[in-house]
Amino acid sequence: MVTIALDGVGVSLGRRPVVRDVSAVLAPGALVGIIGPNGAGKSTLLRAMLGLTPSTGGIRIDDAPIATMARGVIARKLAYLPQGQTLHWPLTVERLVALGRLPHLAPMSRLGDADTAAVERALERAGVADLRDRIATDLSGGERARVLLARALAVEAPALLADEPLASLDPRHQIDVMDLLRAEARGGALVVTVLHDLTMAARYCDRLLLMDAGTIVADGTPLDVLTPERLRAVYGITATIERHGETTTIVPTARAY
Amino acid sequence: MIGGRWALIGGLIALMIVAAVASLALGSVPLAPARVLAALAGHGDPVATAIVIELRLPRTILGLGVGAMLGLAGAALQGYLRNPLAEPSVLGASNAAALGAVGAIYFGLAELHPLVLPVLAIAAALVALALLFTLAGKSESPLTLILAGIAVSTLAGAAISLALNLSPNPFAAMEIMTWLLGSLENRSFQHVWIALPCIAVGGALLLYDGRALDALTLGEDGARALGTDLRATRLRLLLGVAIGVGGAVAVSGSIGFVGLIVPHLVRPLTDRSPSAILLPSALAGAVLLTLADIGVRLIPSTNELKLGVVTAFLGVPVFLAYLMRERRLW
Repeated sequence: MVTIALDGVGVSLGRRPVVRDVSAVLAPGALVGIIGPNGAGKSTLLRAMLGLTPSTGGIRIDDAPIATMARGVIARKLAYLPQGQTLHWPLTVERLVALGRLPHLAPMSRLGDADTAAVERALERAGVADLRDRIATDLSGGERARVLLARALAVEAPALLADEPLASLDPRHQIDVMDLLRAEARGGALVVTVLHDLTMAARYCDRLLLMDAGTIVADGTPLDVLTPERLRAVYGITATIERHGETTTIVPTARAY
Repeated sequence: MIGGRWALIGGLIALMIVAAVASLALGSVPLAPARVLAALAGHGDPVATAIVIELRLPRTILGLGVGAMLGLAGAALQGYLRNPLAEPSVLGASNAAALGAVGAIYFGLAELHPLVLPVLAIAAALVALALLFTLAGKSESPLTLILAGIAVSTLAGAAISLALNLSPNPFAAMEIMTWLLGSLENRSFQHVWIALPCIAVGGALLLYDGRALDALTLGEDGARALGTDLRATRLRLLLGVAIGVGGAVAVSGSIGFVGLIVPHLVRPLTDRSPSAILLPSALAGAVLLTLADIGVRLIPSTNELKLGVVTAFLGVPVFLAYLMRERRLW
């Protein structure tokens, strides 16, 4: 169980402030979506939570300031799925997913039975077990995205931070991945994911953080956050929002201005 | 692949032993392997003992050590920089070490004591490392490191050219040129004792970071998110290259291509992860350089061929093969 607490977090790239004064407490057992237009600072905020970029304000992982934590400790608590990851060597899928076990290995040791089992679970859950002997760099974009998700799952960390996990996936696999993220959260993990598909965000997330120009402009349940007024103000669109019982559909219809 | 990995390492060790014995047996006076082994065991005839122990053993040990270091450094740097064209000289350590050696020859210091030249070469490699860190700054991107390495390497190369340009007489220039071509001729145990500790330290530093190199397959962010301390990795890796390659170049001169081609030869036999090619590259480098050094002794020529020349010629067909595979010609 991991709680990430953000207190007035700011990040500047060069001199340009990209994230400004973000405060939120992300508690375990929830699927938290970060949404917002391009350049709103979503990915940068995610990177700051992982300590991958210097930030001002306070970021605490279970009450420990992230700046004081060793990389190995962070790696065992937070699994990270970056967006559009490049692979630099043509590894097999199985070997690539096994990289997720690195945070758990002592120096100079090899994968143990527990690690192999974790890799196996990750392959199964991401639905890529049949690809295990393929070369990861030869896969299609969607297959590769699922393999990289399996890599992040193989860490078996109490928190998963996924940056646009749905990019380049077909509709069925988008549903598979969202089901999987929700299952992770139901199992007690904290799952934070950057999303662009508002319908998916509304349907699956327990909580949404809507970002615009580096700050959080709305934080709450999807029903509270996704209002026509906000979509107009933040995204500059008009949208049809339909609710059929449990499911919500959001269809952007036109530019608002 | 685990079984395959140990089969590969075992096979390379066997090849290395064969190459080492051949290196002790072959030369201007061929010796039967039995005589070589007897001399090594300490009960050989005096002639064989003198040839094997005094003349060929230091040369063989250096061939193995230098080859292993160059192969390992190439593999580690290709993994770290995520660039299949990286080689030990890419960060300037080889050229800087050569500059230190050239300085020793140019200023006549090399004649004072046989150890002056290698010591100056290693010192120059370490100075180049400090310069590299200053130029590259805190950035962890491979590009800044390669740019800084090219700057250091070019500076050292220019200084070597200057020494050649200003050398007082053709003999001095010839001596420098000959040294630069790279050779293991007439090396003694003094050279072994200066090179081997450097190679051992450098090799240990490079072998330690296989994990981090694997993690870097996912890029810098990916590696850090997997718990890699990239700053410590970079420090170990660059120190390992400077000390190890500096020590190797200090006794052998510049021997190109081994560090570049060996990882390419080995990679298809492994699971292609950067950590998996480290040890096999060291072993294959040792085999390759020892075989090249035997070739140098056996190819009839008026002057003994220089090792660096032979490895450069060896490098071209390997590269062509690689190119053809990339173009899918076969």
